[in-house]
Amino acid sequence: MTTVSSTVAAVRPGEESAAGRVRKRLTSRTASLAAIVIAVLWTTPTFGLFLSSLRPEDQIKSTGWWTFFSDPQITLENYQEVLFGTSSSSGQMASFLVNSLVITIPSVLFPLAFAAFAAYALAWVPFRGRNWVYIGIFALQVVPLQMSLVPLLSFFSEGVSVFGTQILPAWNLEGPARFAQVWFAHTCFALPLGVFLLHNFMSELPGELMEAARVDGATHGVVFRRLVLPLVAPALATFGIFQFLWVWNDLLVALIFAGGTADSAPMTVRLAQMAGTRGNEWQRLTAGAFVSLVIPLVVFLSMQRYFVRGLLAGSVKG
Amino acid sequence: MNLDFDFAAEQPKLVQLLLGVVAFCAVVALLLLLLDRAPMRQRARLHATILLAPALILLAIGLIVPAVRTTLLSFMNGDGSRWVGLDNYLWMFTQPEAVTVLRNTLVWVALVPILVTSVGLLYAVVVDRTRFESIAKSLVFLPMAISFVGAGIIWKFVYAYRPEGSDQIGLLNQIVVALGGTPQQWLLEPPLNTLFLIVVMVWIQAGFATVVLSAAIKGIPAEIVEAARLDGASPVQMFFQVTLPCIRSAVVVVLVTQSIGTLKLFDIVRTMTGGQFDTSVIANEMYNQAFRYGETGKGAALAVFLFVLVTPIVVYQIRQRREAAR
Repeated sequence: MTTVSSTVAAVRPGEESAAGRVRKRLTSRTASLAAIVIAVLWTTPTFGLFLSSLRPEDQIKSTGWWTFFSDPQITLENYQEVLFGTSSSSGQMASFLVNSLVITIPSVLFPLAFAAFAAYALAWVPFRGRNWVYIGIFALQVVPLQMSLVPLLSFFSEGVSVFGTQILPAWNLEGPARFAQVWFAHTCFALPLGVFLLHNFMSELPGELMEAARVDGATHGVVFRRLVLPLVAPALATFGIFQFLWVWNDLLVALIFAGGTADSAPMTVRLAQMAGTRGNEWQRLTAGAFVSLVIPLVVFLSMQRYFVRGLLAGSVKG
Repeated sequence: MNLDFDFAAEQPKLVQLLLGVVAFCAVVALLLLLLDRAPMRQRARLHATILLAPALILLAIGLIVPAVRTTLLSFMNGDGSRWVGLDNYLWMFTQPEAVTVLRNTLVWVALVPILVTSVGLLYAVVVDRTRFESIAKSLVFLPMAISFVGAGIIWKFVYAYRPEGSDQIGLLNQIVVALGGTPQQWLLEPPLNTLFLIVVMVWIQAGFATVVLSAAIKGIPAEIVEAARLDGASPVQMFFQVTLPCIRSAVVVVLVTQSIGTLKLFDIVRTMTGGQFDTSVIANEMYNQAFRYGETGKGAALAVFLFVLVTPIVVYQIRQRREAAR
């Protein structure tokens, strides 16, 4: 193959030189142009939002953010109002920010631990029917979470009763206890993908290593803690960051299980409300949206390596 | 402006968070303790049960039983008190408002995967091996970290409308006016408004395609590229005859992932139009029927239909992943 191509190349250069070079330069020019156009299109909207969030209210509402360059005026008032304003029309975003944190942290921890336990059992504890359990969990990836919303909500509010007999009581959670519902829902929905991903990593660990540890008398608990967890730490980080972004950015699960008030709803719910009822209060919307973007952006940028690795391993939840 | 934000009011939430984390530690510690105490000579089944119990119980309560119940509910009336046979499905495929929803979903799923893949592929190819490759990729990749709600607001601002004659505050209308056109209410006019929503999805997801495809491009063996170059292939030939065939499986991954995500799309429509002006899609309509209009049966039927649409794609995706893992 190399001999053929080199002979072809030896013939070609003469006839290619002039036209070929021009064409090559042209394509590289169009290529750069395409790259620049895409890059600009992809950053300008966010930049416009950010710049607007810093402009005074009357300016945001009367002129475009690009007039900033001819008439720069900066204020932090929008952020102050959207975060800490207490009138019902202001954002109260600080309260919702706290809710987002309270929702997200346990909703990442629980699935991480439960998926790791299950993945370890499926990969390294030989028991009968293991393949069937694995296939079962695996197959649950096809169930969209829309399929469980209505029944899960009634599970929380009415409990479980079969033919009129109450088997499990209703949760009847009020106030901050409602967060538990959201944690529960997010944990359930994260498990199929989590088990699948962590199982992929764990099953690739060298079998001799496990065997040696078991021969030395290590229990499954010890093997899991001392051997497996440290080895799959990168995979845990990957799944953790995906779950974090998923929960932090989620709207649907929160709308249904966290309600819509400052007691327990996260920032996404509040922003969606503001976009609906106060769709023209751009001074609050821009600042509020930016507040909600900052934390995931920081997490994302600081852990981009794990994120990219996860993407390539197929960890996107549809 | 009233600024006395009540920090004390936030305390119960933080207590709840603490409770949650303590509960987490307790559950994990308990499981590990049980695992250590389980007799070594015992059959592996006991160990497996301890390890699998939390996941299996949660999956049963959170996914398996609800999925079955939703399927049953889809054959019942609004409050689940009476069987109605196939009425809900009949409604979904015959009533104009429901048919619009299905048609919109079809448009979404026909356009988004193709557009996302094309833009991502184009960008990955043109920035490949340039000096600013990593920063260029990061720029396009950043929207991946943003919530769909946040992206919805960013773009609603781009589409913002002011009547003709006054200063425009939305970038798109400003451009239209600068070019001599009249400002439009982009999100109010069907059928084009669906396309303006689709732009937002493409904007968010293109970074995903760029990263996956760019990694695949880098994985093409250097000898093949070298050979093609020595043969005098032009960049365009190179792309269609070398690059594209070599990264076929990565392209499929992107197309498939995007199709699934698009079918389940909810947030963008909900934030930007609320599903009004003929822009609703299945997931949004499911939410409206089940949780706003109290039409549980119709909502359930939509959810089941979504499940039916998604299943073959996910099965295909899983097959691909397994092959890739081998």
